[in-house]
Amino acid sequence: MTTATTYAPAAAGRRARRARRARRGRQWWIYALLLVGLVLAVAPFVWMVLSSVKPDAEVRQVPPTWWPENPTLDNYRELFQRLNFPRFFANSVIVATAVTLGNVVFCTMIGYALAKLSFPGRRTLFALVLAMLMIPTVATFVPLFVLVSNFGLANTFGGLILPFLAQPLGVFIMRQFIVGLPDELIDAARVDGAGELRILARVVAPLCGPPIATLAVITFFAQWNNFLWPLVVAQSEDKYTLPVALALYSIGQNNARFGLLMAGAVVIVIPILIIFAFLQRYVVQGIAVTGLKD
Amino acid sequence: MPVVERPAGAQAPAGRAPRSRGTRASAVRPGARGGRRQVSARTQRAVAAWLLATPFFALFLVFYAAPMLASFVMGFTDLRSTDLRHPLAVNLVGIDNYRRLASDETFRKAVVNTVLFVPVTLALTMVLALAVAVALHKGVERFRTLFRVGYYLPYVTAIVAVSVVWRVMYQHDSGVINRVLGFIGIDGPNWLESTTWSLPAIVIMTAWRGMGYQMVLFLAGLQAIPEGLYEAAEVDGASRWQRFRHVTLPMLRPTVLLGAVLGTIGLVQWFEEPFVMTRGGPLNSTLSVSMFTYNQFGFGNYSYAAAASYTIFAAMVALTAVQFRLLRSNT
Repeated sequence: MTTATTYAPAAAGRRARRARRARRGRQWWIYALLLVGLVLAVAPFVWMVLSSVKPDAEVRQVPPTWWPENPTLDNYRELFQRLNFPRFFANSVIVATAVTLGNVVFCTMIGYALAKLSFPGRRTLFALVLAMLMIPTVATFVPLFVLVSNFGLANTFGGLILPFLAQPLGVFIMRQFIVGLPDELIDAARVDGAGELRILARVVAPLCGPPIATLAVITFFAQWNNFLWPLVVAQSEDKYTLPVALALYSIGQNNARFGLLMAGAVVIVIPILIIFAFLQRYVVQGIAVTGLKD
Repeated sequence: MPVVERPAGAQAPAGRAPRSRGTRASAVRPGARGGRRQVSARTQRAVAAWLLATPFFALFLVFYAAPMLASFVMGFTDLRSTDLRHPLAVNLVGIDNYRRLASDETFRKAVVNTVLFVPVTLALTMVLALAVAVALHKGVERFRTLFRVGYYLPYVTAIVAVSVVWRVMYQHDSGVINRVLGFIGIDGPNWLESTTWSLPAIVIMTAWRGMGYQMVLFLAGLQAIPEGLYEAAEVDGASRWQRFRHVTLPMLRPTVLLGAVLGTIGLVQWFEEPFVMTRGGPLNSTLSVSMFTYNQFGFGNYSYAAAASYTIFAAMVALTAVQFRLLRSNT
């Protein structure tokens, strides 16, 4: 695009008009490109749902059908009646819910301490929390498994839940929010003779709705989708979570049951997409919080 | 937890809050006791703080710090699955595990794959994300939320589930991807069965899933750029490209750093994709270091697995340090 270097008002006006027209032209293109991208982003999910209501033979057909010719719920019936999917689904809900509750409580507690109480070791503790953000599961799961086994927690809900009850991201989110709350509120409560635990429960926590929502949604999603550790620690079907079950089916004897596998993927993905549709604000907010402040 | 004792030096930034509270308290109750009350209030607060921190800290010590240390030590032992009940009764073997890793062809292949996979995927993801973010930020006024949510959708879903879906889509004859490619005259490869195409197949899927996350980071970064900078550049006669090159990109440096660091941390651990889609094959062409670690763990070679996993952690720390170095300077 050429740019004039004169600043004469007439030329500027002409330029502005031309720019506006160009922008409208450009916008059309941008919308079109963004729309193509959007279709690419969403298409696999559409394909997943369509394939899940096709019989296996139709999914494997060459060339594949677009629209299901013989729509059927057999795949879902098989997952929930013959296979153990009600159990896996319940396990996923139990584990994700417990981990979420634990993180909300523990991270709010330590977040308040780090944000508003001065105490020996505060800086070190916060630095530790930040360093923890870097620790990947893959670097700890072997000794963690030895540890959990010796606690008698292998293949138990305790083993699935406990290692994730206190995660650094939650501390970070809560601390960043609580730091921004006015000190006067807390001082006023102290003058009234309230102890710190009471202040946290009665004054601070009620104001923490937004970060708690963010923390809860992010934690629940991450746990619902978590794979490596559940794969290691859950050793019998009655403790499998949904991703473990689906992954093992897809490499096991149901390896080629594409319709069935697609239905399994639907069972994992759709609940999350529905929650996301309602709570996307909090998810996106969480990223902005972790990304930009501090 | 016995960690309450800490060097007093850490107390340095003690808040103004306690002191002001103390003066207020002594105003209510004047006299010699004011000083002692102040001290006890501060101690009380420190005790409360540690009480509040304890559940998290205890869980952190047991489930993060201890395994992290143990993983390091374990790499220098000969612990195997048969020692599961007596993990302390093992022999130290020095750097034998690491030496073995260095000469293990399979591990080397996993490292090469990871070294290819991480930067290529990260670059692809970030370039796409930046393009979409700029288009959304500058180019369109309507449907912004729709686009943002749509692009972000893949990122909230389980990698296991999307890997299953993409495995079906990548099928040679019955797969929808090759069908679509056929419309534009491309005879698609047998993606997941080919040593050439299996890794690119996983790169594409991973970029598809991760793009939305990087896009949201970029959008936040773009919103933080003051509009005045663009106006000034426009007055100076900067073209659109010049404005992007000399205003947007430099101002996005911190965002790029953040995205690169977070992206690297995630990508270095890639595991689900090869586990579900290719089992690391064909011929180890998609074997990742994480998957190598998991396989060794499965074979019962615990200390060998721990050593392999520590190389991932070390690589991650090193990469993060390098990225900070490269991108933090002159911002």
